[in-house]
Amino acid sequence: MKVVVDEEKCVAAGQCVAAAMEVFDQRDEDGIVVLLNENPGPELADDVRNAAAVCPALAIRIEE
Amino acid sequence: MSEAETELAAPDAEIFDYPGARDRTCPFAPPAGQRVLNDKAPVSRGRIWDGSTPWLVTGHAAQRQILSDPRVSSNDKQPGFPHPNEVMAQGAPHHPLTIFNADGADHSRIRRMMTRPFTRNRMEALRPEIQRFTDELIDKMLTGPGPVDLVEALSLPLPSLMICALLGVPYEDHAFFQEHASFATRSDKTAEQQRAANEALGGYLAGLLQVRMEEPTEDVISDFAARIKAGELTLPEATMLCMILLIAGHETSASMITLGTALLLQNPEQLALLRETDDPKVVANAVEELLRYLTIPALGQRRIAREDIEIEGVTIKAGEGIVVALPAGNWDPEAFPEPEKLDLTREARHHHAFAWGIHQCLGQQLARIELQVVYSTLYRRIPTLRLAVGFDELRFRRDDALAYGIHELPVTW
Repeated sequence: MKVVVDEEKCVAAGQCVAAAMEVFDQRDEDGIVVLLNENPGPELADDVRNAAAVCPALAIRIEE
Repeated sequence: MSEAETELAAPDAEIFDYPGARDRTCPFAPPAGQRVLNDKAPVSRGRIWDGSTPWLVTGHAAQRQILSDPRVSSNDKQPGFPHPNEVMAQGAPHHPLTIFNADGADHSRIRRMMTRPFTRNRMEALRPEIQRFTDELIDKMLTGPGPVDLVEALSLPLPSLMICALLGVPYEDHAFFQEHASFATRSDKTAEQQRAANEALGGYLAGLLQVRMEEPTEDVISDFAARIKAGELTLPEATMLCMILLIAGHETSASMITLGTALLLQNPEQLALLRETDDPKVVANAVEELLRYLTIPALGQRRIAREDIEIEGVTIKAGEGIVVALPAGNWDPEAFPEPEKLDLTREARHHHAFAWGIHQCLGQQLARIELQVVYSTLYRRIPTLRLAVGFDELRFRRDDALAYGIHELPVTW
């Protein structure tokens, strides 16, 4: 699984951090998404898919 | 429900009067007419307060599509924009750009100035303080005589204390701005009263911004004041952004605490789940279901099409207004089977209570933690909590208020 984030689209809702905090964080100064791990292991796959699904700005793309 | 069905059955049936009335016996549910509409078509026409007939988007999937489509605009200065009420229609041409009415790059620029204090981690760091405020308010409630109005005792002071701390607004002034914040959002006030409340709040916040330009502290108002000095924001723009945060921080969580408690007291087996668990995940999940079920932004999201948009078999033409009826989307059986069933164990995270798309609620992580703390504390600390009046005596707000809710919730124990 490869995760791609689009900082331009991100609106800092924080939903991805709530869904998968091992993989996503927010930049301190403006809350924009920070990708901690672009190749998360299978044990995190469900959480990451959930994070992509709840991102209101559709800023997270997953390549399986 | 049958009346609305009859209306919709005829091919040239009268257009649905949005938002439609709630059922007095089931005041937590979205208006029956909206739900019937959703059964018929996820995108249809509705008539709003000014007689205009924008598109109504009631289906959950259609709402996601519309609210994330860049051809859909939030610019409320355009003719044909479906304003929620007269005051907002009159005010829109005079408002500076805000997170509500800006699109694209303008929206990103403004939103990014406002997001810093609201990150998930910053909100989590506030959890102990939210817990402390909640416990103190409940202590005070328990030491005084009952019954009490939960709105005054807990629902309003908790979010008020938190938003004041974040913004840097002195809580001592709470009587002043709570009144004005609620006037500005309640439909039972006249246009004149709402305007006066907006002006009073604006003057107060502009004054605070000016003070913090000279004497900054660690808070959002000081942050905006620094941006004014740096030429990134004007004083009127910063005032408007502060006002949005102050108002949004008050009525929304307060309504959720009050309405949620009234709903749970009517559903004792669901309330028991919150009383008996100490698993934060169970509580967090319960909060999502309560958000879905109650969907307090009852007026919905207002938009206007920039280009022709094909959706669900209809064409929304450029320049036509769009109303995204969030409560109906959260009761769409396609997305939430048996939506009328309050089930705190339901997987409801994909609800639209905070809307969807780039305008999704900025303060949602704060709201979530406030609600998680209150719902997991109040019923455990006061297991005998109950209504002090008959359910029929509760005065629900009108559906055209910005945040649906209950005026007072007398409780005892």
